[in-house]
Amino acid sequence: MKKFVGFIKKEFYHIFRDKRTLFILFGMPIVQILLFGFAITNEINNVNIAILDKSKDATTLEIIHKISSSKFFSIHQNIETEAEIEAVFKKGIVKAILVFENDFSKKLTKENVATVQIITDATDPNTANTISNFINSILQKYQQEINKDIQIAYQIIPQTKMTYNPELKSVFMFVPGVMTIILMLVSAMMTSISITREKELGTMEILLVSPIKPFQVIIGKVFPYIFLSIINAIIIILLGVFVFKMPIQGNLLLLGAQSILFIITSLSLGILISTIAETQQTAMMISLMGLMLPVILLSGFIFPVNSMPKILQYLSYLIPAKYFIIILKGIMLKGVGISLLWKETLILTVMTILFIVLSIRKYKIRLE
Amino acid sequence: MDKDYIIQTKDLTKKFGEFTAVNAITFEVKKGEIFGFLGANGAGKTTAMKMLIGISTPTSGEASVAGFDVFKNPNDIKKNIGYMSQKFALYDDLTVKENITFFGGIYGLSREKIKEKRCQLVDELGLQEVVNELVSSLPLGWKQKLAFSVALLHEPKIIFLDEPTGGVDPITRRQFWEMIYKTAHNGTTVFVTTHYMDEAEYCDRVSIMVDGKIEALDTPKKLKEQFRADTMNDVFLKLARG
Repeated sequence: MKKFVGFIKKEFYHIFRDKRTLFILFGMPIVQILLFGFAITNEINNVNIAILDKSKDATTLEIIHKISSSKFFSIHQNIETEAEIEAVFKKGIVKAILVFENDFSKKLTKENVATVQIITDATDPNTANTISNFINSILQKYQQEINKDIQIAYQIIPQTKMTYNPELKSVFMFVPGVMTIILMLVSAMMTSISITREKELGTMEILLVSPIKPFQVIIGKVFPYIFLSIINAIIIILLGVFVFKMPIQGNLLLLGAQSILFIITSLSLGILISTIAETQQTAMMISLMGLMLPVILLSGFIFPVNSMPKILQYLSYLIPAKYFIIILKGIMLKGVGISLLWKETLILTVMTILFIVLSIRKYKIRLE
Repeated sequence: MDKDYIIQTKDLTKKFGEFTAVNAITFEVKKGEIFGFLGANGAGKTTAMKMLIGISTPTSGEASVAGFDVFKNPNDIKKNIGYMSQKFALYDDLTVKENITFFGGIYGLSREKIKEKRCQLVDELGLQEVVNELVSSLPLGWKQKLAFSVALLHEPKIIFLDEPTGGVDPITRRQFWEMIYKTAHNGTTVFVTTHYMDEAEYCDRVSIMVDGKIEALDTPKKLKEQFRADTMNDVFLKLARG
């Protein structure tokens, strides 16, 4: 036990004396979560739009007022003819143009139908989509207001409700994703690098010749990272809750336990990588290419898995991060318990055991 | 097992698949001697040494080190041997003091013992000025001496040195051999691999490995007579060229 304490002390010296390691450990989680939270977002704020109002009556003015008073849009300019539309878009400031047809108000009351055209700048398709959805919902709301006194039988109004994330706050999606990536990176990459470092320096050989047992070496190397990863997870959750006002619906204890499980999964992957890689550089390349990219692309963090080609969907089943993101979203956003997450938990546990068994076998072969 | 021998092997063999790295070597190392383990790169000396220090399991044969069997008690062997590789592996980002404490710790030395050993070692090597400096700031020659002393912290019965003078200048090599002599004088057996043939002359006895076999084993003087050569280098060349 005393040997072990000395070993861990040494690991902490390594970590705290290396500025790069420290930055990856603590700088990156904060930078990433803030970047994803603030910069990369699906929300829209104060988007410039232009209005081509051909009727200029009470109804259109009211609609325009509703739109301009929302925090999502600001009216940048009014245009008079359709010929101006292209020129306006080309300047790039205006992202959408609303075109009200002639005699809007009259048509609405007499024929019950009036059209407004929403033209968006789809050079950025996601934003365009979001803008048109937002405008649509403002229009619908207005429609309901003017219709509320009139009884029309069997009127069907489609209502889309975004549950769990009613404001479509993208940061709620990113917090679980970033947390997954950070834990994976810190645990897998940092441990694999720190183990291969000993190989490269030749100190691993010295350790193996000493009476300290190989598994003690590995556990000693991994232990500090469990500890640091837990701190990281706490930082990320605190940032999510206090900076981005993200709710945590579920059980905190379950959240903690699942995070530790995923940390151990990633650590065992890191150990596996270190049994394959001879140098720190190889370990880093394998971690980045082999773990980071699939985690970002296939875990459902950014791109929904369901809309991927079948082959990629099958591939995504192999990514541990995918299950952890499901678990995190479940606990944080939906507040579900273990009864609904046992399948994912089981898969992660099995994967972890598999990685550990593989590492031990690899390790033995190397020693032969 | 003979009491005068600290290492004894009989037909010790290591195979990797079809390839036989070490082919049935049989030899003894006497207590307290400096034993030179010579051979060209790839002759199998590193593999043989790895079997003796307990990090590689022999395919067949017998061997005992410091009175323990390499198959049955590799852990007892580990407690009784010291090892230094050609990389003089110390932790660069730890201070001299921290390195000593760490390596003393993994050999299970008590805190008092480590402190006592540290003071002694620092005095002997003249490291008083740098004891709290990072090892990375030390010159290569000092690192080598420190690594050697660290490998001796737990007072092993035998110390294995794997090409300990690779990449250092002749003066440092000379000083290092003085340390080896001193160690042997204090009763520790020294098992050293090298491919510097002039260093072979410093050993009490040397063995020369060629293609996985020990082709010659005796004192440098007798080997030179036997092969009618002036230097160990000539002996080696005659052997290696068959």
